[in-house]
Amino acid sequence: MADILLQLNNISVVYSDVIQVLKGVSLSVTRGHIVSLLGSNGAGKTTTLKAISGLLKPENGEVTDGNIIYAGVNIQNQAPEFITRKGIIQVLEGRQPFKYLTIEENLRVGTATRPGKPYKEDLEMVYRYFPALVKRRKALAGYCSGGELQMLVIGRALMAHPQLLMLDEPSLGLAPLVVQEIFHIIKKINEEHGTTIVLVEQNANMALQVAHYGYVMENGKIVMEGTSGELSDNPDVKEFYLGMAASGMAKSYKDVKSYRRRKRWL
Amino acid sequence: MDFFLQLLVNGVCVGLLYGISAMGFVMIFKASSVLNFAHGELLALGAFIFLSLVTWGKIPVVAAFLLTLAGCFLLGFVIERFFLRPLIGEKLIFVIMLTVGLAAMFKGLILLIWGGNLHTYPEFLPPSLEMQLGSIYIAPVYSATLVISIVFLILFGLFFKKSSQGIFMRSVADNQKAALSLGVHVRRVFALSWAIAAMVACMSGIVLGIINGVNVHDLSAIGLKVFPVVILGGLDSIGGAIIGGIIIGLLETFTGGYLSPSLRDVVPYIVLVVILMVKPYGLFGLVEIERV
Repeated sequence: MADILLQLNNISVVYSDVIQVLKGVSLSVTRGHIVSLLGSNGAGKTTTLKAISGLLKPENGEVTDGNIIYAGVNIQNQAPEFITRKGIIQVLEGRQPFKYLTIEENLRVGTATRPGKPYKEDLEMVYRYFPALVKRRKALAGYCSGGELQMLVIGRALMAHPQLLMLDEPSLGLAPLVVQEIFHIIKKINEEHGTTIVLVEQNANMALQVAHYGYVMENGKIVMEGTSGELSDNPDVKEFYLGMAASGMAKSYKDVKSYRRRKRWL
Repeated sequence: MDFFLQLLVNGVCVGLLYGISAMGFVMIFKASSVLNFAHGELLALGAFIFLSLVTWGKIPVVAAFLLTLAGCFLLGFVIERFFLRPLIGEKLIFVIMLTVGLAAMFKGLILLIWGGNLHTYPEFLPPSLEMQLGSIYIAPVYSATLVISIVFLILFGLFFKKSSQGIFMRSVADNQKAALSLGVHVRRVFALSWAIAAMVACMSGIVLGIINGVNVHDLSAIGLKVFPVVILGGLDSIGGAIIGGIIIGLLETFTGGYLSPSLRDVVPYIVLVVILMVKPYGLFGLVEIERV
C-alpha cells in the first residue's frame, strides 16, 4: 500500500451557505507523486485546492461534509496560518505577486511559516532553480514579465519548505517555451526534494506528461481517474482534452454517441 | 528674512511630527483599509499618560517616555484584540464607526481622569539642546522634536525594508490573499499595525504636549490634522505622509506668523482642497503598477 499523504473523503463545499460547488469529491495523493487535476472552467478544481489550503474561509466558503486528512490529521476548515505551518502551500492562480515589493522581498515573505530562521540558503536554492530571477532580484515585482512572475511565485512557495505544493494553473497565459521550462522545473523540484505536488491545469497535455496520476473533474465531481498513461489513452480525454478526433476519424455530429459524450464534458 | 527662516525651522519640526503621527494612521489604512477616527484621542492619551508618570509618578523623564511608548504599544494590541478583531469580515463602515465610538470613549475617559483643563509638563529639556544658528534660534523643544523624528524615521525605514516582520506587513498591505496563502499571520499583522500606530500617536502627543501644553480638546483636534496630512500625501503612501506632514506644518507656522494665528488651523484645509482639485489622489497616492 502506497504512502498516502493527503486524502479527501467525499467533501462538499458550499459558498455563502447556498452555493454548492463541490458535491462529494474524493481523491488521494501519494507522498512524492505529482498528481494532476484536470477539468474545464468552473469544474471546481480551484475550490478543491482552496478547501485543502484553508483559503475558502476568507471567501465565505466552507467544507460542509466529508473530511480532509493530511498526514493523519483532520484539516478541513482550519485557518490558513495553521495549514501552511503543516507544510501545505498553495500557489494561487493568476500569479499573485506583491507588486510593490522587490523580487527578493517577495521571496522573503515565503519564510512566514518559520519566522526568525535563516533563509539565505533557501534564496540560493530558489535562484538555482530560477536563474532568471537573479538579475531581477532588486526589481519591483510589478514590473516583471509573466514568466518571471510565475517563477517568482513558485520560488516564493519553495521558500516555505512545503511538503505538499499545490500549483493552480502555472501555465496560464504563458508562451509555450516558458510553459515547457516551468513544467521541467516542477518535475525537477519533485525529483530533487521529494515534494509532493498537486497540479491543476487546463493544459492537459503538459500536465499528463509530468504527472504520475490524474483526476478529471466536472461539475463539482470527480468523473475519471487513473495513471497519466491511462488517462492519455482514454478516448474521451483524447478527444475533448488533447484535441484529437476519436480513432483518427473526422468528427461528426451524426455520431450520436460522441455527441452525448461531449455533452457530458462541456 | 530671519523671521522667515525661524518659521521655516519650526514648521519643519512640527510638520515632521505630524508626518510621523500620520504614518501610524496610514499603516492601519494600508493593512486593513480602516480609517482610524480615534487617532487624535490616542495622541491625547499618550500625552496624559506621560504627564501622570512625570508629575505624579516622579519617574525620570527618559524612563517615563519609554514607558509611555511601551504602554501605548500594548494599548494598540488590546484595542485590536478586543474591539476590532470581532468585526473582521464585517462591513468596513461598521469598523470605521467603531473607531468613532472608541474616540468618544477615550475622550470621556481622559476627561474623567484628568479633567478638561490645560496642564503643562515641568521643564525638563536640558538647555544644551538650545541651538543658535546665526540669527535663528531653535528652542530646545524643537531640536528635541527634530532628533526624535529623525530617529523614528530611520527606525521605521529599517523596520519596513530589512526586518522580516516589516516585509510581512508590507506584503499584507500589497496582496492580502497571497500573503494568506504563504502563511503570513494576517491578524497578527493587523494587531501589530495598531500597536505601532498607537505608539507613534502617543509619541507625537507627548511632543506636542511639550510645545502647546496638554489639553484634551486641543490635542484631539491636532490628531484630526492627520486627515489633511494623509489626504495630501495620498492615503496609502508612508513617505507621502511624512512630506504631507511637513507641508501642513509649514503652512500652519507661516500662516500663524505672517497672517494671523487664528487662521493657522484653517489655511491648511483650504490649500488641501486646492491641491486635491489638481491631484485627486494626493501628491503621492499609489499609482497602480500596470504591466503592458
